[in-house]
Amino acid sequence: MSAKARILDKLRHSLAGTEPLPDDFDETLVTQPWRYPPEQRIARLRELMEAVRTEIHLTSQTQWPDLLATLLDEKQLTRLLIAPETDHGRQLSEHWQRRSDAPALHAYDRPVEEWKHELFHDTPASLTGTVGAIAATGSLILCPDRHEPRLMSLVPPVHFALLRASTIHDNLYEAQRALNWRAGMPTNALLISGPSKTADIEQVLAYGAHGPKDLVVLILEDA
Amino acid sequence: MSQPARIPLRDEFKSRAHDALGDAQLRRNFRGAMDSLMEKRAAAFSDADERERLRTLGNHIRARALSRLPDLLEQLESNLTANGVQVHWAETTEQANRIVLDIAERRQARQVIKGKSMVSEEMDMNHVLADHGIECLESDMGEYIIQLDHEKPSHIIMPAIHKNADQVARLFERELGEPYTRDVNELIQTGRRILRQKFFDADIGVSGVNFAVAETGTLVLVENEGNGRMSTTVPKVHIAVTGIEKVVAHLRDVVPLLSLLTRSALGQPITTYINMISRPRQAGERDGPEEVHLVLLDNGRSQAFADGELRQTLNCIRCGACMNHCPVYTRVGGHTYGEVYPGPIGAIITPHLVGLDKVPDHPSASSLCGACGEVCPVRIPIPSLLRRLREENVSRPDPGHAVMRGQGSKYSALESTVWKLWRTLYTRPLLYRLFRFFATRLRALTPSRLGPWTEHRGAPKPAARSLHELARKHLEQPR
Ligand code: SF4
Repeated sequence: MSAKARILDKLRHSLAGTEPLPDDFDETLVTQPWRYPPEQRIARLRELMEAVRTEIHLTSQTQWPDLLATLLDEKQLTRLLIAPETDHGRQLSEHWQRRSDAPALHAYDRPVEEWKHELFHDTPASLTGTVGAIAATGSLILCPDRHEPRLMSLVPPVHFALLRASTIHDNLYEAQRALNWRAGMPTNALLISGPSKTADIEQVLAYGAHGPKDLVVLILEDA
Repeated sequence: MSQPARIPLRDEFKSRAHDALGDAQLRRNFRGAMDSLMEKRAAAFSDADERERLRTLGNHIRARALSRLPDLLEQLESNLTANGVQVHWAETTEQANRIVLDIAERRQARQVIKGKSMVSEEMDMNHVLADHGIECLESDMGEYIIQLDHEKPSHIIMPAIHKNADQVARLFERELGEPYTRDVNELIQTGRRILRQKFFDADIGVSGVNFAVAETGTLVLVENEGNGRMSTTVPKVHIAVTGIEKVVAHLRDVVPLLSLLTRSALGQPITTYINMISRPRQAGERDGPEEVHLVLLDNGRSQAFADGELRQTLNCIRCGACMNHCPVYTRVGGHTYGEVYPGPIGAIITPHLVGLDKVPDHPSASSLCGACGEVCPVRIPIPSLLRRLREENVSRPDPGHAVMRGQGSKYSALESTVWKLWRTLYTRPLLYRLFRFFATRLRALTPSRLGPWTEHRGAPKPAARSLHELARKHLEQPR
């Protein structure tokens, strides 16, 4: 008998004669305390994310590329990693082509193996989109894919994320439903709620443990 | 790296506790950390009614999952397999290590980077891989610190909580040649710099699992640092190791459990990263592991599962709240327990993992104050389980019907006879009165040494006259 068969056998034997417990999941408990009037969602998200040192800017669908250029300049970041095949990646490169002072764009356009060294050692900042956010916990939702790979939101020390205000959900339960994850999960789905941090030494909070030291969210008020 | 002996001798718990209690620095480190964790948890659950209802929901979700455990495990396996994740089963830690080693050998791996995983601690994976010439490095900051110092975690969430900044600084100075600094930010940046290179070099990443979702075939990982994401994304192979109890039926079940976990553990509404992994790298994707493996480990869990009461042990979501609130743990620290899981959860799970006779003092390392049961987010009745294990400790198994490995190791014929005698006396009034008469009249003969009881206390002595007699005399007095 295989290990699997033996384990399952033991478990089944222990359950013999018992019935599965009923499913009494109470969705009001995970939704009702975590609902916000639409006009307060941004404020709630902002409050929670800023509490863990996230930088948040309100901007618009047309103005964010200029704001991003200003922020990069302020932070003295001269290179930005983007996903060129995404809508925002395209919008940014087109927009910045018209500016002579814009920082250099770098595209994540091949497998990581071909440029891992550069990614780890010479990529100070990145820009990604998000598929939404959660007001209750102050979290961004990312589903990295072939165009916008996973490491973009992890390896560069500064991570800029674009968030459409209309995609902010009240709570995780409703976000899961809206994104229809039950029917099929993305390869990798992430909730990101601030820059990387640790309190492993003496409970002292330190940012920039292994992931980005800075997380900057640009909220596009498109609603 | 030499391997510390892992088999505690009978009295090791007591002697380690004795040493720990005399270590003022250690006690300050634990007291400070536990106080702050308790405060944070309390603040995160400001609405008591919401908290209690959520705990009930958490309990029901876990109990429901366990009531269908074999089916859910099969569903999990078939969904993960359909997603391209390879699932392995292991009854023992040896089997689990063999599975990991086979993958490592096939991939000709030399370096493994590990996100935080208590199950890999059960497996003693670092040492096993090292014995086969494979470097296995911890990447969680706390785990990295204790690995550098050849120690074991002293807390399941905060593995290096027993050290303060000065101790870490001296360790980094000694082991890494770094200039001494007590600045926590600088210390963390040192760790970041060194480990980044390790993520870069590693052939395999190992992680634990916080929840495995059967209906979608998804592994959910919870963390703040990003080392878990690094370990599961950068290397070409990701191996997740987990106990068979970690499965939940539905994706929505994760919602309340997550909230309970992060609020109970750290007082945070959520951790920085919730990483949900359902597939290896797909065609056209530019990063992520080519292979994802899940190792499902039993290691004594099916023994706990077999008993309806002890099964509740497997509700645990490893938040650490029970240890943060435990007056014994806070004073003696995690290393006193000498095993992977310390504190109240350690006391109830370890006997199943290693045998009750190896940790006979664990169930007694409790004042039964009830704090652990009161804070447990999935309502495990830890104090009653501790009492139950105390019973199993002293009761010899019925032939062929042992409840657990190593039960009855504290059985003593003398003690058992004394209790039988006691029962007889207290259920037969005549005998009882006779006994009372002699006990009070012959009180001078009471032994002055009564085992451990009299180590720090005087021996109890019966009164010269029993309360019964005094009362009678009082009533007989003319008023
Ligand atoms: S027993 Fe309860 S309180 Fe203790 S770690 Fe497990 S879930 Fe948390």
